[in-house]
Amino acid sequence: MQDVVRLNLPFDKQELKKLRVGDRVLLTGEMLVFRDAGHKRLYESIQAGRQAFEYAGETIYFMGPCPAREGEVLGSAGPTTSCRMDKYTPFMLDHGLAAQIGKGKRSQDCIDAFARNGGVYFAAIGGAGAIYSKCIESAKVICFEDLGTEAVRRIRVKDFPAVVAIDTLGGNIYNE
Amino acid sequence: MIKIDTSLIAKRIGECIDKISCEVTPECRTALKEAYEREDNPTAKFALGVMNDNIELAAKEHRPVCQDTGMVVVFVEVGNNVILTGEVLQKAIDTEVEKAYRTLRKSVLDPVSRINTKTNTPAVVHTSITEGDDVKVEVMLKGFGSENMSKVYLLNPAQGLEEAKRLIVESVRVAGSNPCPPVIIGVGLGGTLEKAALMSKHALFRKIGSSNPDPVLDGLEKELLTKLNDLGIGAQGFGGKTSCLGIFIESYPTHISSLPVAINVLCHCSRSDSFVIDGKKEGEVCKTL
Repeated sequence: MQDVVRLNLPFDKQELKKLRVGDRVLLTGEMLVFRDAGHKRLYESIQAGRQAFEYAGETIYFMGPCPAREGEVLGSAGPTTSCRMDKYTPFMLDHGLAAQIGKGKRSQDCIDAFARNGGVYFAAIGGAGAIYSKCIESAKVICFEDLGTEAVRRIRVKDFPAVVAIDTLGGNIYNE
Repeated sequence: MIKIDTSLIAKRIGECIDKISCEVTPECRTALKEAYEREDNPTAKFALGVMNDNIELAAKEHRPVCQDTGMVVVFVEVGNNVILTGEVLQKAIDTEVEKAYRTLRKSVLDPVSRINTKTNTPAVVHTSITEGDDVKVEVMLKGFGSENMSKVYLLNPAQGLEEAKRLIVESVRVAGSNPCPPVIIGVGLGGTLEKAALMSKHALFRKIGSSNPDPVLDGLEKELLTKLNDLGIGAQGFGGKTSCLGIFIESYPTHISSLPVAINVLCHCSRSDSFVIDGKKEGEVCKTL
């Protein structure tokens, strides 16, 4: 078994290039969080020529949290199924998005877009909501607050466990 | 006739939600530990390790095991000697669901406007009448990463059971990593379109590791479980030995023209509970199944 790779966010693209499918990582730093409704609205805002917020250089974690309980920053916070965001992904990678974190396989269009842009797709462990909640040090809604759990958030994580699922060479863990 | 107030049923459902949002069934917990022990694919073992740690942490600290705290699905069997008093059952249940979800994720919305109801209501309530003096209730929190991977087929009799088996395996293969495997599969064979779907959901209440009382269906379950694990999907789709923790089949007579097959996919977190309200004890909750 290889060692776990520790990585800081925002990602250094040269560091991302070294990762290979199956590498286990622990992520520390800031990322954006949003899912289906947030993507739909962001995409509509771009099409209307009034982009709601910037995502270049960022990493997006597909997640909609539970409400925070006492002593928590956010409630349970595991990944949601990524393929529902496939429609928006190639465009976002072509416009500067660095990486995505979710769960499950992606379309060939997405795999190609990760390779073409030197981006990486990480699989978080689906269902592990309580573990991920513990990794979150801070969280703030930055856009679309009315979407509730689907609002856009910026979170800071420490030692967030994930696996490299698509690497910068277009390698795909779900094919192996 | 025996009177049972719907608020009694609903309150107990609320207690179940509070518990099962944070605790998977004991059989599920054991099955995942065993899957970890026998796994030798390092990535799958890593995933199973995180999944098991998560289940322990969630139970210990009473935190939701998964952020998708699901839609509430309730099966209520009402004895034919029982009169339900108080508010209409759906309304009584929704009141308690709303209370229970104050600290859980509210995932329910209008399918047309996509506007969230903000209460996680309504629950999906299936009622049936049985013989007796009791009310039997089964509660499940159903996440939709797995629900979205479910299927219903209406086969020709000429396609037969072989095609049904092929489609069950194919559905799990296509679902792959999406439903957070190792999955749990409920199958409804026969009946009508909706009966098959209902049976496939209800089958998911069976305890992992239990045998089907019907020896033919039991053989079918064992055959399919082997085939599903041979797919090599593994934990989180990372490959490995365990792709499915259990497959449970319910059947019902069907029409000479058809073979309905419904396949309901559940993730690795089985979040369900059940209880019986004994009407003879005037609604006192006397035993948990």
